[in-house]
Amino acid sequence: MKQVTVVPDAYFDSVFLMSVASELRERAGVNAGMIVLGTDANREAMTRLGFDAAAVGSAGAHDLLIAVDAADDAGAAGAIEHARELLSRSHSRLDGSGHEPRSLLAAIHAREGANLALISVPGEFAAREAATALQAGLHAMVFSDNVSLADEIALKEMAHERGLLMMGPDCGTAVINGVPLGFANVVARGGIGMVGASGTGMQEVMCLIDRFGGGISQAIGIGGRDLSAGVGGIMALDAIDALAADPATEVITFVAKPPDPAVAERILNRLGASGRPAIAALLGTHDCPAPATVQVAGDLTSAARLAAAAAGSSVPEPATPEDLAAAATACSAELAPPRRYLRGLFGGGTLAAEALDVVARQVAPVYAEHARAGVSRQLADPCRSQEHTIVDLGEDLFTRGRPHPMIDPTARNDRLLQEADDPEVAVFLLDFVLGHGSHEDPAGSSAAALRAVRRKAPGAPIVASITGTDADPQNRARQRAVLESLGCTVTGSNHEAAVLAAGIVQAVRA
Amino acid sequence: MSAGSLFDAPLSVVNVGLDRFLAPIRAHGADAVGVRWRPPERVPLPVSERRRLEALTDVPNRRALDRLLTSRPFLVDVRPAREVIPELADGLILHAGPPLDWEEMIGPMRGAVIGALQFEGLARDAQTAEALAGSGRIRFAPNHHHAAVGPMAGITSASMPLWVVENRTFGNRACANLNEGLGKVLRYGAFAAPVIERLRWTADVLAPSLAAALERHGPLDLTALAAEALSMGDELHNRNRAATSLFTRRIAPSLAATTPHSQTLREVFAFLDGNDHFYLNVSMAAAKATADAARGIDDSSLVVCMSRNGKEFGIQVAGRSDRWFTGPAQMVDGLYLPGFGPGDAAPDMGDSVITETVGLGGFAMAAAPAIVRFVGGSARQATDTTTAMYDITAGEHEVLRVPGMDFRGVPVGIDVVRVVDSGILPVINTGIAHREAGVGMIGAGLVAPPADCFADALASFRRQPSSDILDRMIE
Repeated sequence: MKQVTVVPDAYFDSVFLMSVASELRERAGVNAGMIVLGTDANREAMTRLGFDAAAVGSAGAHDLLIAVDAADDAGAAGAIEHARELLSRSHSRLDGSGHEPRSLLAAIHAREGANLALISVPGEFAAREAATALQAGLHAMVFSDNVSLADEIALKEMAHERGLLMMGPDCGTAVINGVPLGFANVVARGGIGMVGASGTGMQEVMCLIDRFGGGISQAIGIGGRDLSAGVGGIMALDAIDALAADPATEVITFVAKPPDPAVAERILNRLGASGRPAIAALLGTHDCPAPATVQVAGDLTSAARLAAAAAGSSVPEPATPEDLAAAATACSAELAPPRRYLRGLFGGGTLAAEALDVVARQVAPVYAEHARAGVSRQLADPCRSQEHTIVDLGEDLFTRGRPHPMIDPTARNDRLLQEADDPEVAVFLLDFVLGHGSHEDPAGSSAAALRAVRRKAPGAPIVASITGTDADPQNRARQRAVLESLGCTVTGSNHEAAVLAAGIVQAVRA
Repeated sequence: MSAGSLFDAPLSVVNVGLDRFLAPIRAHGADAVGVRWRPPERVPLPVSERRRLEALTDVPNRRALDRLLTSRPFLVDVRPAREVIPELADGLILHAGPPLDWEEMIGPMRGAVIGALQFEGLARDAQTAEALAGSGRIRFAPNHHHAAVGPMAGITSASMPLWVVENRTFGNRACANLNEGLGKVLRYGAFAAPVIERLRWTADVLAPSLAAALERHGPLDLTALAAEALSMGDELHNRNRAATSLFTRRIAPSLAATTPHSQTLREVFAFLDGNDHFYLNVSMAAAKATADAARGIDDSSLVVCMSRNGKEFGIQVAGRSDRWFTGPAQMVDGLYLPGFGPGDAAPDMGDSVITETVGLGGFAMAAAPAIVRFVGGSARQATDTTTAMYDITAGEHEVLRVPGMDFRGVPVGIDVVRVVDSGILPVINTGIAHREAGVGMIGAGLVAPPADCFADALASFRRQPSSDILDRMIE
């Protein structure tokens, strides 16, 4: 049925009318529809399409014609009503996306004074965004991994030439001007400037500094690969220089997993030339020659202790080896054969590396997802522990297709349940990382798994450390209370936890 | 900037990627804006390659951009084409887009050639015109090879009048034919008697009237007129209503003074009043005169020409002389006039995309609220469209500004390096021709160029610059 309606004295832009007409034609039961102004040409076109010319009457160029060809009269009337609704609807309807700019450059233009780009897009696109930011004069932090080494070098050279920070790629943590970026904890501000090539390592040190009464001026992440021979520590050196030039920074603390030896030497020398007391925690690097003003710490806890002390805090005494040995003996009281192995399940990569370092020095062999000379052997199957095992469940091979365990503890809980069924496990060693970016309640979300462990492996202690502060959204004290109520032994730091756990398996063997 | 300046200033973060990082930044008192990021179609260039290309093209691009920004086109004359382009007297016909032969032309362009041959008196009917066109006695060349442009089929022949625009800054001239209006017109491939009649009237009545009026008025500053039209809702490609009105107003006193017969005056004014796109061809000639000024700057990667012939979309780049980089012409994503749909459409065609080449058309979408339906319907989407173009351009115009974007200058100087690296293609506003000759315009919408022509243009920069000469020799 063909029907025509005239809406007198109604001007609409023809482009708008075309879009309304196309919506009308999509309506069920509508064979044809046109919404046009009553110009001579349009009226002719309507007549040609078989609409009744008389119905149009004396409509003119300022009147709107709605013509519908529908299956029946009711359908046509409904369609015309629908067209009227479409015409009256707000022209300013947005797609609900608000006013967000669609590109980095658009955002930079919209925000005068933007000075840092935080980039976490998929790796293959991240380098371009970073280059665009640097080109526009912004500092960049690239959270993304899977950026090519060549791109990383090019980006860091570009940043170096421009006097900008290029934090990352694969930089999980930074605190700039007291603002947490990426995975970062809420820590007091103070005189300790940090440079870190390891995300959770830097988190652990800044949280401990906070607990020891110190504060952070800036924490600059540089990405895990900066200290490789390929990148050569470009950004580590620039970040040290930046802190050396910062009047608010009194002490510089450097945190890294084992660096390339030549790069390590360069960094220690640069720290020595910074004019500040400096602490370097180069995990797994022992007896490293360093300038007089640089103290080399073998673990994260001592690095935090030395830094806080250098900045003037009165740091509480650490637990003595005797204390820890006594604690280990107490914890192992209910252990009986065949329980004799340690199982460390970590979400934080540097925390796993630190634990591995500690444990490997006391018991051997220790298995991990990767072999490291003098430290660990490679697991035959990374998803199956053997003997003493410490795995970093945040490693790529575990996170393919599933979220990082710091964001979602499910993967770690699954592994924990698997270990609970192994009658040879003597001690479970776990990390809990708090702060922005991390799961909102890591302890609570692990409760079911921990209860199952307690049930299936009674007597096997669960030793846990919490990287976090009471100011973190998850609140360290609250997380600690939850873990203790679930039967965990919570230590003061990751290093202490590793020492205690290693002590427990040694106590079993003794 | 240095790291120190970062430590001293309030932190202001642009977050690209995970939204979860935004809230903590704001909670700690810093400014943070999120980017609604979507992965581009193509993987970006390696950073070192991008830097190498930027180093190579930086200075040349500044020069080319400066030419684009300082060009000042003036409308100086209306003359028969054979007086402007003498080769036309010798069996040459110009067409839109990159070069192609008669055999390759799509329906509407063939129709326009048939019409033009009849208009020139070289053929008495369509059949003989078609035979002549394919006989080899008529030569075809792109408008762009003769500093000319024409919308849609863009057919230019000896007796057609042309607008002549002079770039006062650099002295170069460009020309374009006169717009015929909508409906059955030559540029959409119509060649029936009324079409030829209108061409005659245009050549015999309209053009001399306008020429006389323009002579009396003196050269017309087209940059000033365009700036005013942008502030009145035109983007000067798909909407020329304000510019046509402004032009008519400006020329009216002179026209009244120089037109001897009131009947002629009435006809001319009626024609101007009835054709909202009359100014389009002037806009195109002005754009052409502007873009041509940036040609021939060695190693500049800025685009100086975009155009399509219904078969191919082609671009030319300032640092690659007159070489065409082409890809297949795309279909327009658009809205259709009653009774037509996508199945009726011809592929993208015409030289009118010269307007986008200098920052108008789709690039100035935010200036034209009346036609935002083409980009989804909201003024915000129009602003987003224009905003995206700043990512692929080298600069902003100082005179041509968009009121709705706080008078930000339109994005000018499309850089093939930025296009390829960002994966963002130029946005083009355009009309849609019926795929058959003579039916005319059936809609309008947006079209993107094929990405390959930009990739190919860039490839010529990724090799050593001198190898471009070799490439041309091989061609």
